[in-house]
Amino acid sequence: MTTKPKDDVAVPGSLLSEVKEANLSDLKEKNVLKALADEYDKMKIKPGESVGLVAAESIGEPSTQMTLNTFHFAGVAEMNITTGLPRIIEVLDGRKNLATPMMDIYLKKPYSQGQDIKKIALSIKETHLQDVSTEISINLADSRIEVFVDDAKLSEIGMSKQVLFSTLKGEVKGLSVDLRKDFISFKVKNKEEGINAIFKMKEKIKTLVIKGIKGISQVLPVKRNNEFIIITAGSNLKKILPMPFVDETRTVSNNIFEIEDVLGIEAARQAIIEEVYKVIENQGLNVDIRHLMLVADTMCASGKIQGVTRYGTVKEKVSVLARASFETPIKHLIEASLYGETDHLKSVVENVMLNQPVPVGTGMIKLVTKEEDTKEEKKAK
Amino acid sequence: MTDVYLGGKFVGTVDEPKQFVDNLKDKRRAGMLSKNVNVYYNDKLDEIHVEAFKGRLRRPLIVVKDGVPLFTEEHRKKLEKNELSWSDLVKQGVIEYLDAAEEEDVYFAFFENELTKEHTHLEIAPLAMFGLTTSLVPFTNYNSAQKVNTGSKNQKQALGFYASNYAVRIDMDVNLLHYPQMPVVKSLMHDIMEYEKHPSGQNIVVAVMSYKGYNMEDAIVINQGSIERGLGRGSYYRPMNAEELRYSGGLVDEISIPDKDVKGYKSEHDYRFLEDDGVIYPEAQVAEGDVVIGKTSPPRFLSGMEQYSLSSETRRESSVAMQHGESGIVDTVILTENAEGNKLIQVKLRSNRTPEVGDKFTSRHGQKGVIGLIVPHADMPFTASGIVPDILFSPHGIPTRMTMAHLIELVAGKTGALAGRYIDSSVFDSESEEKLRQELLGMGFRDNGFETMYHGETGEPFNVRIYIGSMYYLRLKHMVSNKIHSRARGPIQLLTRQPTEGRAKEGGLRLGEMEKDTYVAHGASMLLKERFDSDKTTVPVCDNCGLIAVYDEYKKRAYCMVCPDAETNFVEISYSFKLILDEFKNLCIYPKLKLINKY
Repeated sequence: MTTKPKDDVAVPGSLLSEVKEANLSDLKEKNVLKALADEYDKMKIKPGESVGLVAAESIGEPSTQMTLNTFHFAGVAEMNITTGLPRIIEVLDGRKNLATPMMDIYLKKPYSQGQDIKKIALSIKETHLQDVSTEISINLADSRIEVFVDDAKLSEIGMSKQVLFSTLKGEVKGLSVDLRKDFISFKVKNKEEGINAIFKMKEKIKTLVIKGIKGISQVLPVKRNNEFIIITAGSNLKKILPMPFVDETRTVSNNIFEIEDVLGIEAARQAIIEEVYKVIENQGLNVDIRHLMLVADTMCASGKIQGVTRYGTVKEKVSVLARASFETPIKHLIEASLYGETDHLKSVVENVMLNQPVPVGTGMIKLVTKEEDTKEEKKAK
Repeated sequence: MTDVYLGGKFVGTVDEPKQFVDNLKDKRRAGMLSKNVNVYYNDKLDEIHVEAFKGRLRRPLIVVKDGVPLFTEEHRKKLEKNELSWSDLVKQGVIEYLDAAEEEDVYFAFFENELTKEHTHLEIAPLAMFGLTTSLVPFTNYNSAQKVNTGSKNQKQALGFYASNYAVRIDMDVNLLHYPQMPVVKSLMHDIMEYEKHPSGQNIVVAVMSYKGYNMEDAIVINQGSIERGLGRGSYYRPMNAEELRYSGGLVDEISIPDKDVKGYKSEHDYRFLEDDGVIYPEAQVAEGDVVIGKTSPPRFLSGMEQYSLSSETRRESSVAMQHGESGIVDTVILTENAEGNKLIQVKLRSNRTPEVGDKFTSRHGQKGVIGLIVPHADMPFTASGIVPDILFSPHGIPTRMTMAHLIELVAGKTGALAGRYIDSSVFDSESEEKLRQELLGMGFRDNGFETMYHGETGEPFNVRIYIGSMYYLRLKHMVSNKIHSRARGPIQLLTRQPTEGRAKEGGLRLGEMEKDTYVAHGASMLLKERFDSDKTTVPVCDNCGLIAVYDEYKKRAYCMVCPDAETNFVEISYSFKLILDEFKNLCIYPKLKLINKY
């Protein structure tokens, strides 16, 4: 397709200054700018191009070739992250509960050079009461729960029995906590509790967080590009970012909803693009990032993250028939009839159903001609 | 304290798990416990599982005590003299069946000379690890596991000699190989199952080389001369049935040449093969549309006086005719009756299946491929001694699939064919490649199976030596003539007015959702509409109520059934859309069409 160069092509300033910096003669510069404008105009998407479908195909086709669902960290037991197709589906579906939430925590100097790295890592790791105790048992006679603390393990995480006791006191509600000679006792304040309630209480006490940040189940300090970072299993941006040793400008989570919550929708959009692109890159595939940008834009257009599902972006479609053609048709049809909706047949799916030309590409051009007046009509005028 | 589970259910605990398990096993061998019971001690979970339930896969092994197998020379002699049977050995506890779980607990040796004190069992033969068809794969232990599997699956699809009474049997979809051979490279299983009585392949000369690119992507190039001499030739048999059914009211079907005034009478030409009894004669050459068994049935719905009239006018034609694209020769005609005593005619149709481009062949190693080109004998490459290969097999199929046995079989077959003997290729127990090579060398050939070959067209020698030998090839039942299919125009479905589906119904190939997407992505909107025009219709739509109106062919006028005075306009839509509008009405949804001028 040849198009005449337009005069009003808006070329990005960065490109213009690049030309200016070259210090060309006036005539040369003029020619270069003209050629630049031409090229730039040519690269623009033409009206009627089905960008959404092309994006869908461009992401969909390579993802059929993806292999291997998980990626294992060498040497670390049970630290793996979902990648590949399951991860892409997870992000694009806008799922709130990720299979493997994760964070890359970047550190400020001098911690990024390795100072106290292990200590920092351990300090944010979530530690449960059961991790530092040898036995948690129910004393039925006194209807209380006895926790026998392992002193060695306790000192390993840099905690004294006294500190542990006071943190527990703060954490526990509805229970009276006592520090006995060789165990910590939990007693239900309300005396008339059954055995079942005590048993439930025991399970709860087992997973009491005594140290660290909630949600961070594992920490792994690694060296990446000459600096130390902490990779975590589990994610909690809200609590991690304000910490003094954290470089809050680079620290990321793989949970797009957390990012939306803490950093806003624009950050979430960027996160979607990066998360999906990371997977595609990882698999050695090649997808133009602009396809992902389009998808991320649609997902974030409403100001809240919407997954590409029947509850998310698909629900926003104007056409009843288009919605009905994608999962749960009856529900959409009944709803549409209740509200008396009208389908204006403006997009692709409906027109395919009716066997009408779809309004993209050659189908969107309509030609209106003014019929030349016949001789009689001319005379009449 | 070890938990004991019987059939997956907790039954109690024991203190000495090892002793308990050994005790149970001893009792089983002594016959105090059923032979079907298996015990397994899982020391990691500290659990004992006793299983007696049906459905466990079990396999037999010889019991070994203190490094000595219980199966002795004496047993062997008695077995030979037929004084002892397999079940006797099982009863005596010489041989026992283990299930998958109990196998975890034992330590067994492959061969007797490998036995040590620690061993508890001895393999009867390495072959016993595999199933019947898998044991038919030669040099199994040299293949990748996946290809052993596909290799054994492929054998089940091979043309062969399935039953010696095939001529009097009526079977569905029978494929017969005309000149089956016993493989030169065989395994113990071939002898056990008397493979020579029902072989399913042929020993042919295979050269591993490319030929003008016609054997790329797993295709094979085949020698036309070999086909003409009978390579892979086969017959295909298909039965056709007709029976005289009895209906209520004493009405019956009638097998005869239909009267001309019968409903649905085809044409005289179509009935030309039928003899007076309404059945075709043997050796008649039939093609599409020809009637094989003439039959008429009583009318489907009885009305008024019709049922009392015996005239043929009311009867309907229900002959068995050749379907679209079919042809063949009538092989056998059988007149009999079925279990209900109704007259039953069975006609067996035969057609020749000469290998053609697209037919599928395979070695016994999952190296399947279709014929890409049939080359005249004169143009095939040949060796110095004048051997012309039957098949040219592409070397590109080897590296990724790792079917080493395919290559070994090639030399083994060559050695066997030249020496005039069978080669034993049983799993883990085959003749050694080294010895086979030496034997080949002794007969004046290169030990590695390579030979200088000459170009069939120019007569010039190739710059490289070609790996050539003999191996057993199978022709598989997937033949193009059974699958070839095309359509431009054709039958449509009654309900949707869309083209029918499937080869048998001369159907179209669906342009699916994803294919549709490619048209949209290219912006080829008009072309897309044209592709979906298969069910387009023009319907009148009422201006007032927006429902689909009707067209009166007699008055040449369209009118709305709801609002008779309203104007109607014609729109072109797909018939399936009209259908979905009807379905909306069934859901009590009012699909009102508002028409606006397109221009």
